[in-house]
Amino acid sequence: MIIEALIAVALVGALVTVIAPNRIAGKLAFAISLIPAALSLWMFTAFDGSGNALLDGELAFESRTEWIQLGDYAISWFVGLDGISLPLVVLTTVLTTLAIMSSWTPIDERESQFYGLLLFIEANLIGVFTALDFFVWFIFWEAVLIPMYLLIGVWGGPRRKYAAIKFFVYTNVASLLMFGAFITLVFGLGDAVTSFALPEIATAMTEGGPEGFVGLGGSTLASLVFVAMFIGFAVKVPVVPFHTWLPDAHVEAPTPASVLLAGVLLKMGTYALLRFNFTMFPEQVATYAVPIAAIAVISVIYGAMLALAQTDLKRIVAYSSVSSMGYVILGLIAYTQFGVGGATFQMVSHGLISGLMFMAVGVIYNATHTRMVTDMSGMADRMPVAVGILVAGAFGYMGLPLMSGFFGEFTIFFGAFGAEQLPYSQVFTPLAMFGIVVVAGYLLFALQRTVFGPYHLETDYEVGRAPLHDVAPMFVLLGIIIVLGVAPELIFEMITDAVDPILENGGEL
Amino acid sequence: MAVFELPEWTALAPALILVATALVLFAFDSINPRTTNRSLLAGTSAIGSLTALGVAVWFMLAGVGTPSVDGGRGVVELFDGQFVVDQMALFFMIVVAVVTALVAVASYDYMADHAYQAEYYSLVMLAATGMATMAAANSLVTIFIALELASLPSYALVSILKDNRGSVEAGLKYFLIGALSSAIFVYGISLVYGATGHLQLDAIAENLEGAEAYGGLLGLGILMLIGGFAFKTASVPFHFWAPEAYEGAPAPISAFLSSASKAAGFVIAFRVFTTAFPIEATTAVIGIDWSLAFVILAIVTMTLGNFAAATQDNVKRMLAYSSIGHAGYALIGLAGLSADGGELVMGAAMMHLLVYGFMNTGAFLFVALAEYWGVGRTFEDYNGLAKQAPVACFALGIFMFSLAGIPPLGGFFSKYFLFVGAIEAGMLVVAAALVVNSALSLYYYSRLVKAVWIEEPVAERDTLAQPTGLYAAIVFAAVLTVIALPVFGPIADAALEAATVVVN
Repeated sequence: MIIEALIAVALVGALVTVIAPNRIAGKLAFAISLIPAALSLWMFTAFDGSGNALLDGELAFESRTEWIQLGDYAISWFVGLDGISLPLVVLTTVLTTLAIMSSWTPIDERESQFYGLLLFIEANLIGVFTALDFFVWFIFWEAVLIPMYLLIGVWGGPRRKYAAIKFFVYTNVASLLMFGAFITLVFGLGDAVTSFALPEIATAMTEGGPEGFVGLGGSTLASLVFVAMFIGFAVKVPVVPFHTWLPDAHVEAPTPASVLLAGVLLKMGTYALLRFNFTMFPEQVATYAVPIAAIAVISVIYGAMLALAQTDLKRIVAYSSVSSMGYVILGLIAYTQFGVGGATFQMVSHGLISGLMFMAVGVIYNATHTRMVTDMSGMADRMPVAVGILVAGAFGYMGLPLMSGFFGEFTIFFGAFGAEQLPYSQVFTPLAMFGIVVVAGYLLFALQRTVFGPYHLETDYEVGRAPLHDVAPMFVLLGIIIVLGVAPELIFEMITDAVDPILENGGEL
Repeated sequence: MAVFELPEWTALAPALILVATALVLFAFDSINPRTTNRSLLAGTSAIGSLTALGVAVWFMLAGVGTPSVDGGRGVVELFDGQFVVDQMALFFMIVVAVVTALVAVASYDYMADHAYQAEYYSLVMLAATGMATMAAANSLVTIFIALELASLPSYALVSILKDNRGSVEAGLKYFLIGALSSAIFVYGISLVYGATGHLQLDAIAENLEGAEAYGGLLGLGILMLIGGFAFKTASVPFHFWAPEAYEGAPAPISAFLSSASKAAGFVIAFRVFTTAFPIEATTAVIGIDWSLAFVILAIVTMTLGNFAAATQDNVKRMLAYSSIGHAGYALIGLAGLSADGGELVMGAAMMHLLVYGFMNTGAFLFVALAEYWGVGRTFEDYNGLAKQAPVACFALGIFMFSLAGIPPLGGFFSKYFLFVGAIEAGMLVVAAALVVNSALSLYYYSRLVKAVWIEEPVAERDTLAQPTGLYAAIVFAAVLTVIALPVFGPIADAALEAATVVVN
C-alpha cells in the first residue's frame, strides 16, 4: 500500500494546498512534499524487487485490486515497482520537493493554486511510473497534461497562451494516437488477454503476438501499432521532428514547471517507449532499428545545432534537452545491456542535470530580469554561488567524468557501438558522439559570455547574491549528480537487473 | 429485503414522491400566494428530489428490477404491464432525481427576485415526475402521457422569465417544435397500433409476425417514433430548438432540460426499441435493420453538434450544441444493439448519460452563476473569472475536461466504454467518429477553461458575490463528477446489468 500512500499524500496535499491561504502555501507544499520524498527514499532502501515488471519479475510494493469488469476485459488497480521505475519515482519526488523550494522567490501570485498544481503533477507522475495496468497508467499519463497546461498558461511568460495550447494539443493528439493503437493491439490479441494488465499483454505478445483485427494480419497490425505508439511517445520525448512544442513550453513556463517538465515529464516518453515499444515488440525493434537510430542521431545533432543558434539562456537549455533525449533513444535502440541500461540511467541523470540548469537560469533571471546571453556579462562577480552552480551543471551536461552525465553517456555510447542488433552502429554512434562537441561548444560559448568578463548589465536595482532557499535545492541536486557520477552502481545494478529480461526476451542475451 | 413486503405500486415511489412534492409546493402557493420564502420552496423541492433519489438507490441496492432476485419477482410490472420498474427504470430515475436536486438548490439564488416562485418549483417537480415516469413507462400510451407531462411544464419553464424577450421567444419555439414532434410521435404510435394491434411494448413484439402484411406501415411508424425521440433527446434532425431554448431559458432550466430531459428521452428510446421492436423480428417485417438509422443519426448528430459548438461565441450556445454532440454519443447505445455486444454498448450509453447528468448540469449551473453575477454571455466576458471565483472556476475546469473526456474524470470512462463497445460491436466508423469528435470537442471546452483561468479580464469587475445555493450545487456536481472514478466499478456493473436485462 505504500505506492498508494505516496499518491494519496500528494493528492490530498494538493487539495489542502489549494485551500490554504497564499502566504503559507509555499512552505506548506514543501512540508507536504517531504513526505513522499522520504517515503520514496525509504522505498529505495527497502527495495527487494528483481527482474522486469512486465516479464515475470518480482515486483516490490505490488498491489492489485479488481476494479471494473467491462465485457471481456478486466481493469484493475495494479501498481508495483521494478528497477526501472524506482529510480524515476525517486527522481520525481525529490525533484518536486526541490522545485517547490525553488519557486518561493519567483511565484508571487495565486500561490496556493500554483503549489497545489505542482503536488497534483507529482501524484500523477508517480502514478505513471508505477501503474502496471494500461488503463490506470493512461489515466495518470493524461492527467499530467491538465496541471501542466495551467502552470504554463497561468504563470508563464508573455507568450504563455500560445505555448500552453501548443503543448496541450501536441501531446494530447499524440496520446490519442497511442491510445487508439494500443486498444487496437489489445483487440488484435483476441482471447489471449482478458485484462489490461501490462504483464499479461507483454506475455501475450511474446507468446505469439496479435492474431489480426479488422482485416489486418497479425504482423501488419503489430507493425502499425509499433509505429503509431512510437510516434505517440516520440512527441512526449520529444525527438525531431516532433520537438517544436518543447522550446515554446519551456521558455514560457515558470522555472519550477520547467524543472518538472524537463526533469520528469520528458522521461514519461522514454519510459513508455521502453515499457511498451521496446519490451513488447522485440521483432519490430529489430525491423525499425535503422530509422529509429537515424531519428535519435538527428535529434542529437539537430537539437544541439539549434541550441547553438539561441541567444536566450533558457532556450539553450531547452533545446539541449532535445539532444540529450536523443542519446536516450540511441541507447534504447542499441538494445544491449549497456545501451538500454545506460539510457535508463541517462533518464535519471538528465532529469537531475536539466533540473539543475533550469533552476540556475531561473535564479539568474530572478535577479537580472533578462535571459539574453547578449545582455549579460560578468555575472560571476555579482552572483558567484549561483553562477558556480550553473557552470557545474553545464559541465555535467558536457559529460565531465565523476558526474552522472558522464556515466550515462559513456554507457550509452559503449552499448551502442558494439550493438549487434543495430546495423551501422559504428556509423551512428560516432555521429551521435559528435553531438558532445557541439554541446560543449554552445555551453562554453554561453558561459563565456554570461559568466566572465566585466559586468555591464544596466538595471535600476542591485543584482546580488541569491537567497539561500534559491541555491539550496541546486546544491542538493549537484550533490546527487556527483554521488551518482562517482557511484553509478547505486542505481545501475537495479536498472540492469530489470533491463536484462527485456533483452533476453528479444533474444539478445 | 423488506421492500418486497410493500404493496406493488410502491415500486413507483420515486416518481410518486416527486409528484407529491409538486403538490405540496402547489399547496404552499394556495395558502400564501406570491410567497417569496425561498428557503422553504427550494428546500422542499430539494428534499423531495433527494428523497426520491434515496428511494431509487435503495430499491436498486435491494434488488428491485433484477429478474434473478427472489424467484423472478424482481421486475415489478404495474397496471397490467403499462408500467415496469426494472433496473433501467431505477437507473434513470436516479439520474433525473440527482439533476432535479441540483437544479432546485441552484435555483435558490438564481430565481431570487422572481415573481412566480412556487409555480416555478412545482413546474420543475412536475416535469421531473414526467421524466421519472418516462423511465418506467412500458406502453406507447403511458410513454406518450409521460412525455407530455415532462414537456408541458418545460415549455412554461423555458419562458418563465416573461419580461425577457429571449426567454419568451425560446419558449415559443420550443413549444411549436414540441407540438409538431408530439404530433409526429402520436401518428407513429397510431401506425404501429394499426400494424400490430397493440400498444403495450411486449405485446407489440409478440404480434410483429401478424403485421407482415403491414410492413411499410410499421416501418413508417417506427421512423416517426424515432422522430419523437430525436426531438426529446435533441438529436438531428429535430435538434433546432435546443440551442434557442437553452439560450433563452433560465440557466438552471437549461441544465435541467439538457441533462434530465435528455436522459429521459433516451430511456424511452432504449425501452421501445429493445422491447417492442426486437431487431431480427422487426427486420423480417419491415425489411430494414432499424439500428442502421441510429448509426447514421449517431454519427451525424455528434459531428454536427461538435462542429457547431466549435464556432460559437456565446457560452450557453456552445454548451447547447455540445449537448447535441453528447446526444450523438449516447445514440451509439442504440446503434450497436444489432451486434453481439449490444448490452455492452447500451450499458455504456447509460453510464454516459449518468455521468453527463453531473457534468453537464454543473456546466450549465456555472453559466447560471455567471448570469447571476451579470458578467455577460460570451467567452470574452468570462475572461479572468478565476481570479475572483477560483472554487467555481476549478469546478468548471472539472466539468469541461470531463465533458471533453480527459482522464481521470468520469466523462473519460463513459466515452471510453462507448468506444470499446462500438469496436466490439464492429462499428468501427462510429468508434472513429467518437474519437475524432472527442478530440475536436477539447478545442472548444478548453477555450472556456482558458478564458476563466488564463485570459485577463477585459474590464475591471466589482467583487463577485458568492451565492450559497449555486455554489453548493456546482461544488456538489463537481464532487460527483470526480467521485464517479472510484465507484465506477459498481456503476458500470449496474448499468451493464440493467442493459442486459432489457436487451435480452
